[in-house]
Amino acid sequence: MTAQTLEGHRASAFFYRHPRVRLGGLLSAPMLWLFALYLGSLAVMLVSSFWTTDTFTGDLVKQGTLTNYQTLFSQAVYRTVALRTVGIALTVTVIDLILGAALAFFASKVVRSRRVRYALIIMITLPLWASYLVKGYAWRITLEQGGVLDWALKPLGLHGPGLGIPATVLALAYLWLPYMALPIYAGLERIPQSLLEASSDLGAPIARTLRSVVLPLVLPAIVAGSIFTFSLTLGDYIMVRIVGGSSQMFANIIYDNIGVAGNLPFAAAAAMFPITVVLLYLLLVRRSGALENL
Amino acid sequence: MTFSRRARVLMGVAAAIALAFIYVPLAVVLVNSFNPSRVFSWPPQGLTLTWWAKAAQNDGVRSAVGTSVKAGLGATLIAMILGSMIAFAVVRYDWFGRTAISFLIILPIALPGIITGIALNSTITTVLQPLGISFGLLTVIIGHATFCIVLVFNNVAARLRRTGRVLEEASMDLGATSLQTFRLVTFPLIRSALIAGALLAFALSFDEIVVTTFTAGPDIQTLPQWIFNNLFRPNQAPIVNAVAAVLVLAFIIPVYLAQRLSEGGAGGRF
Repeated sequence: MTAQTLEGHRASAFFYRHPRVRLGGLLSAPMLWLFALYLGSLAVMLVSSFWTTDTFTGDLVKQGTLTNYQTLFSQAVYRTVALRTVGIALTVTVIDLILGAALAFFASKVVRSRRVRYALIIMITLPLWASYLVKGYAWRITLEQGGVLDWALKPLGLHGPGLGIPATVLALAYLWLPYMALPIYAGLERIPQSLLEASSDLGAPIARTLRSVVLPLVLPAIVAGSIFTFSLTLGDYIMVRIVGGSSQMFANIIYDNIGVAGNLPFAAAAAMFPITVVLLYLLLVRRSGALENL
Repeated sequence: MTFSRRARVLMGVAAAIALAFIYVPLAVVLVNSFNPSRVFSWPPQGLTLTWWAKAAQNDGVRSAVGTSVKAGLGATLIAMILGSMIAFAVVRYDWFGRTAISFLIILPIALPGIITGIALNSTITTVLQPLGISFGLLTVIIGHATFCIVLVFNNVAARLRRTGRVLEEASMDLGATSLQTFRLVTFPLIRSALIAGALLAFALSFDEIVVTTFTAGPDIQTLPQWIFNNLFRPNQAPIVNAVAAVLVLAFIIPVYLAQRLSEGGAGGRF
């Protein structure tokens, strides 16, 4: 045995006998990244939300004050936009729930052929990775005045909704649909066929089986999907600029304060709204086991 | 549960409509890229490859693609290393912070991108810039890696859970060192999952725009940034069309490969 392998064996034995050392080694770099960089950054943002900027020079004034939050709470426009954004997020979630559940149920429980099922799942998954902007652009040329939808509806004497909030809801629901359909599909796949058969053997009609057997079992998956549809909508400012006409969502307030106004502290304070809503939602659903379904 | 023939057909029609809803807009983009008209007009009056050729020669597009590839490779590399390390730590060891870590690691993709973006932007402005690290490719890579870690983690962790430790123990019993066992047993076991995670991480990074906007600074431009900046310029529309069409097609490749490698998993994001 050469000296080198002997050393290797000594090292192996050492690591084998000290699992904590191995664990520490494995965790060091990722923890540094996630804690120092990511959580650290969130903390810096939280702190800077109490700062202000000098109106003349635009420099940061690093003194703690509640001014930003006072402005956010006192001005009606922010409240309106916040409510509208939560409304859009809820609508998008409901649309995706209906479409996603239907697609997932069809793929998992109605299609009998394995190959068709696999093809369906690939077809649902693929657009998830197609470019976000391209999808937004696709809806823009479909929905804008004189666009594809207007052209298709013309023979019927109808025209599409044009650009605006409905177009935004549609485009966002489109974007996040796979995020809802795929977890539900995975959830449905985990339900043993025998449970469904037992339910119908005991005399339950399909609706009753769905309500009393299937729904409770896929609920964590639905919640997992809704985390994405809800949270991603809440923080979106780009789709509304592509298909929303002149409408605004809450994240536009955040973006405009960083970009145009250069008011980082105010943007940070505004960002606390989606963070708070999403974190509350995550804490609320943590017990349902949804996070293991992500 | 058994369905009548009629119910099955009805549900089939509903699923077909849902799939049409998914694919028709993408098809519109593809067809429109061959539209000879300089401004948007539907239906196209003919078919041409002119705009594809113009897009391929466009300097802005080419340099943006280069930046995106560099950022994607950098972020993917970091995500592969960190994601695998956490996957081993979470699957193979029992420790007190395990569930908390699973929560923390999904935060960068569960929270909207604008939050990660602003948080990093604040940190770069107030902490990193005084240290000499300013906005640029490096900060974009840091931002992208943060949300890419979870993709590698998910794929590798799922594989580790499935394979167990038996083969590694056998290898050690037969006299292999830890390093040899990793190189000859563990790594080949996780390799395809690691590649699948890496492909998805690269795809996500290549498409990302929000975190990029807040971490890139004025000097560099990724492909999504180029598209967004040119989306509202009417005279650039044909080039944007062609680039968009390429992206619709290009994304099928890495995702298809990743699906194959992860044995039909849902894509690793869940």
